Amino acid sequence: MGGTASAPLVVLEGIAKGFGEGEARVQALSDITLSVEAGTVVGLRGPSGSGKSTLLNLIACILEPDAGRLALAGETVWEGGRYRRRDLRALRREKIGFIFQFHNLLPFLDATDNVALAMTLAGTGLAEARRRARDLLDYLEVGRRAAAMPAKLSGGEAQRVAIARALANRPRIILADEPTAALDSERARVVMDLLRQVAREQRAAILVVTHDEKIFDRFDRLVSLRDGRIESELVPAKAA
Amino acid sequence: MNLALRDIRHNLGRFLLTCLGLGLLLGVALAMVGIYRGVVEDALSLPRALGADLWVVEEGTRGPFAESSRIPGDVREAVARLPGVREAGAVTFQTAEVARPGGGVLRLQLVAYEPDRPGGPPVLTAGRGIARGRFEMVADRRAGLPVGATLEMGGQRFRVVGLTEGAVSSGGDPLAWITLRDGQELQFRLAPPAARRQLAAGGGTAGTDTVNAVIARVSPNQRVEAVAEEVRRWKHLSALTAAEQEAVLTQSVVARARVQLGMFTVVLLIASAVVVALIVYTLTLDKLREIATLKLIGARDRTIVGLVVQQAMALGIVGLAGGASLLFSVKDFFPRRVALGPEEVTGFALLVAAICLVASLLGVRLALRVEPAQALGG
Ligand SMILES: Nc1ncnc2c1ncn2[C@@H]1O[C@H](COP(=O)(O)OP(=O)(O)OP(=O)(O)O)[C@@H](O)[C@H]1O
Ligand SMILES: [Mg+2]
Repeated sequence: MGGTASAPLVVLEGIAKGFGEGEARVQALSDITLSVEAGTVVGLRGPSGSGKSTLLNLIACILEPDAGRLALAGETVWEGGRYRRRDLRALRREKIGFIFQFHNLLPFLDATDNVALAMTLAGTGLAEARRRARDLLDYLEVGRRAAAMPAKLSGGEAQRVAIARALANRPRIILADEPTAALDSERARVVMDLLRQVAREQRAAILVVTHDEKIFDRFDRLVSLRDGRIESELVPAKAA
Repeated sequence: MNLALRDIRHNLGRFLLTCLGLGLLLGVALAMVGIYRGVVEDALSLPRALGADLWVVEEGTRGPFAESSRIPGDVREAVARLPGVREAGAVTFQTAEVARPGGGVLRLQLVAYEPDRPGGPPVLTAGRGIARGRFEMVADRRAGLPVGATLEMGGQRFRVVGLTEGAVSSGGDPLAWITLRDGQELQFRLAPPAARRQLAAGGGTAGTDTVNAVIARVSPNQRVEAVAEEVRRWKHLSALTAAEQEAVLTQSVVARARVQLGMFTVVLLIASAVVVALIVYTLTLDKLREIATLKLIGARDRTIVGLVVQQAMALGIVGLAGGASLLFSVKDFFPRRVALGPEEVTGFALLVAAICLVASLLGVRLALRVEPAQALGG
């Protein structure tokens, strides 16, 4: 695994990102400095439009920053106006699990294969990938929907399949954009506990965007964004 | 996991409907190829059926198919005596429209030859060849006449004694062989009422032993061209080798039809390419979000290119299979021969594959330009 044991898996230094030109310019993020160590789950909150999704997309190398430095798993990925890493897709495939705000399952694959695909893309054999996909779905309590097409899944089921896909390759970095929005609070807690467990067992760094105050106690740190800046950072009081 | 096939299965109805449309287009294009080949094969069918190495015709003509040719019948003996000539036979050709026994009109290309000499029918598929007897006929199966049928021509009843398969004129009319004597009477003599009048007026039958061509078979160890040179030195005569005769037929007799059909085929293939390109492009447009998602979860470009290209290929293969099977089930009802051998079909399939490949480039370009961020919008 990249980096030394203590080095943070996600490092952002002075990251900025704007959209559009001239009058229509929106400064979505300004001077973001943040790091996430292995084994921690960080919550990102803030009002709508405060830049939470933009921040995750920058870390996933889906959006390119305007300034600053981004390092993932000990490797400087973006700095000085360009990507230092060439194959961003291999990076995503191997190091990053992404849970989207909108689940983004492939409509033509059933639940199992949506999860298995992520593994086959990373080189796992199909049979092995399917077996592990079913295990993951069982684990997320959607095992009985394993053969269902995404269109037939409820919002919460689809979200859990998407979570299974994000976990499929045991990534070191997991980025989740409102993963519990479609879930009731009971399931939301289950998902959060699962993510905490993954963080602990896989020594992963996890960033979760959420509005849901009921799960704030599940985070190791809670970062608040406002108008594209980090407003505050606190360590929530742990529930039992 | 084959994403292309999985996506097709997911939208199977739409895919099959698209294939059906494309299949019809490809079927028509393939039919054009077949008709084109058919026109050429039909044109060559007659000279090949006769199996001549050398055609002796009237001087200054490229007869007897491209231009009319008349030479005296006794040229046959002179040709037969040439060194290197194995056998020679005099032939006449004419088209005839006769009343079909069951009703309707039947167009025949008559070939009159001397039995036991070159010019007769090739392999018979039914019945027997013409004996020395008169008013007998060997017809091609295309004429739709069974062995034993009778036909009225020039006031005489001809009886069908044998059948051939696939022997037609360049116009697609079935061939029918009769004896030279019958042929000459039909062609060069006056119709019976006029002949009777002429006889009554005291005239003899008109100068008679005229034929359209003399065909010769040359011994294997003899150059046909050398024999042709020999004949060309004679007065009033001209000679064409088999190759020259075939060239005349394909290059002048059916040239217009060939060019016309060739152009149609090319236009249809271009249309198919445009259609495939558009279909693949819209299929890709419909999948932009999925493609972006694939890039998000780290799919390589080759996975994405594979998705687009394999779907284009599947479209072409299924479309072609559908179009071809449709064509093969109806082609025998076409008025002209649709000549499609394994060679034509394989060639066409390769062409369709190439077209699909090229046509999918537009879709591939689109797919490769998709930004992973496009998967995120709500
Ligand atoms: N692709 C884009 N083009 C232009 N502006 C954008 C784009 N993406 C985000 N923005 C703008 O950047 C700002 C931050 O957006 P972002 O989606 O990160 O907010 P968010 O905190 O995730 O909001 P929400 O809670 O509603 O999901 C907003 O003002 C948004 O309009
Ligand atoms: Mg958002």
